[in-house]
Amino acid sequence: MLVQAKDLTVRLGGAEVLSHVTMTIEAGEIVTILGPNGSGKSTLLRALLGMVPLSGGQVTRAPGLRIGYVPQKLSIDATLPLTVRRFLSLPHRISEVEAKAALARVGMADAEAKPMSGLSGGQMQRVMLARALLAKPGLLVLDEPTQGLDQPGEAGFYRLIAEVRQETGAAVLMVSHDLHVVMAASDRVICLNHHICCEGTPRVVSAAPEYRALFGLGTQGALALYQHRHDHSHDAPAPHDHDHSHEGHSHAG
Amino acid sequence: MLDDFLVRAGLAGFGVSLATGPLGAFVLWRRMAYFGDATAHAAILGVALALATDMPVPLGTLIVAVAMAVTVAGLAARGWAVDTTLGVLSHGALALGLVAISFVHGVHTSLESYLFGDILAVTKGDLAYIWVGALAVVALLAWRWQGLLTATLNDDLARADGISPDVERLILTLALALVVAVALKVVGALLIAAMLVIPAAAARAISRGPEQMAILGSVIGAVACLSGLALSFWQDTPAGPSIVAAAAVLFALAAGFGKMRRH
Repeated sequence: MLVQAKDLTVRLGGAEVLSHVTMTIEAGEIVTILGPNGSGKSTLLRALLGMVPLSGGQVTRAPGLRIGYVPQKLSIDATLPLTVRRFLSLPHRISEVEAKAALARVGMADAEAKPMSGLSGGQMQRVMLARALLAKPGLLVLDEPTQGLDQPGEAGFYRLIAEVRQETGAAVLMVSHDLHVVMAASDRVICLNHHICCEGTPRVVSAAPEYRALFGLGTQGALALYQHRHDHSHDAPAPHDHDHSHEGHSHAG
Repeated sequence: MLDDFLVRAGLAGFGVSLATGPLGAFVLWRRMAYFGDATAHAAILGVALALATDMPVPLGTLIVAVAMAVTVAGLAARGWAVDTTLGVLSHGALALGLVAISFVHGVHTSLESYLFGDILAVTKGDLAYIWVGALAVVALLAWRWQGLLTATLNDDLARADGISPDVERLILTLALALVVAVALKVVGALLIAAMLVIPAAAARAISRGPEQMAILGSVIGAVACLSGLALSFWQDTPAGPSIVAAAAVLFALAAGFGKMRRH
């Protein structure tokens, strides 16, 4: 076990963003947290890493676990001159050999002298991944890593993640709101909408009524992902408001 | 050698530049310019405190500047509109300080020297304060450099590596208060922020890395001090504003040079 959450609850500004989440990440597996916008995905990720105060439950991380973190977005002020090489040396200075190897691994060889501010979205993600790998992580954590990438870019990035896991044996925890590619690239998927709706292997999850309710099916389903806010109560009263459109799916709760 | 007032003035300028180079870089990267202004304005209130209690002026300035910086940082963390908070506190502290000084009995020094500095009247004691303070700031920033830089990029990126962005923010806040206390005599409360922003901005135009920008900021600041002093000496202009004006000219040159090199 690398990270374990028990009954994790987080309130931000009065609203319950996460309620009674219990989950475990095992060594070497790729876990994707999937959910609509505003469902608490990023907050769950940050809570697991100890970046947000919990209002209930607990998080346990394996002692000595190294974490490689790739944030959703890095906005570097234009007044800060920073090359890719210098960025890799934050916060720990690394050798020239390490830097070259890390950049080559993510397909960004020869980018050392480039200014960070001149990178495209996809290049930036790869450089941030290279930096995360330098920590020799047992767990790699990526927050919506393919946001703003086109489809080939997205597929390429997930392929890269799979290769990295293969080579280093690091577990991977990702957040995403897109279905198709993620389904193929994950060992386990957790559907989140403030609480865990369902979880399991991609095949099990994609067949689960809760998943279908949350995301719908086919192209209509992909659309529903953005239009739709879903909540169902298992046994406790719902912690937040219902806001439903029932077109195209039946209720799962 | 220290008996010559021009030598003392030059050394005072060098000391201040040493600290404002790297700190000014952070002021730009983290967009703290207005925050620096507020802290500097609070220094006037510190002068009043020092005069009223017979404390050394740099100490009084330091106390009030720290209080101001910590207050602003705390309010900002609690979600106050930073712009508004700074506007109220900055000008409030300046005005209150000016009023308070007028109440203190038997003040010989003119107000002007606190508002615009009095670098030509720097004593050996002032020099000691300036250099101790400046070296402390440089040591503080050098010690925390990697963490400060990481936290400047992204709070969560820092947290994931066990760096507390709040601690790094506090370090910068304290460094800023120290610089204000140290630079008051040299450029005065109204122009301290200028010494933080202008040399660093000039350095940005010709730098390829953060360290280079910090060091060049110090060099440009020092050159500005020398040029300003020369202007003041030959043309009898006020020294503090002359230094800042020289820095502005250097900025224009650096910006032009940087642009040329890129084409």
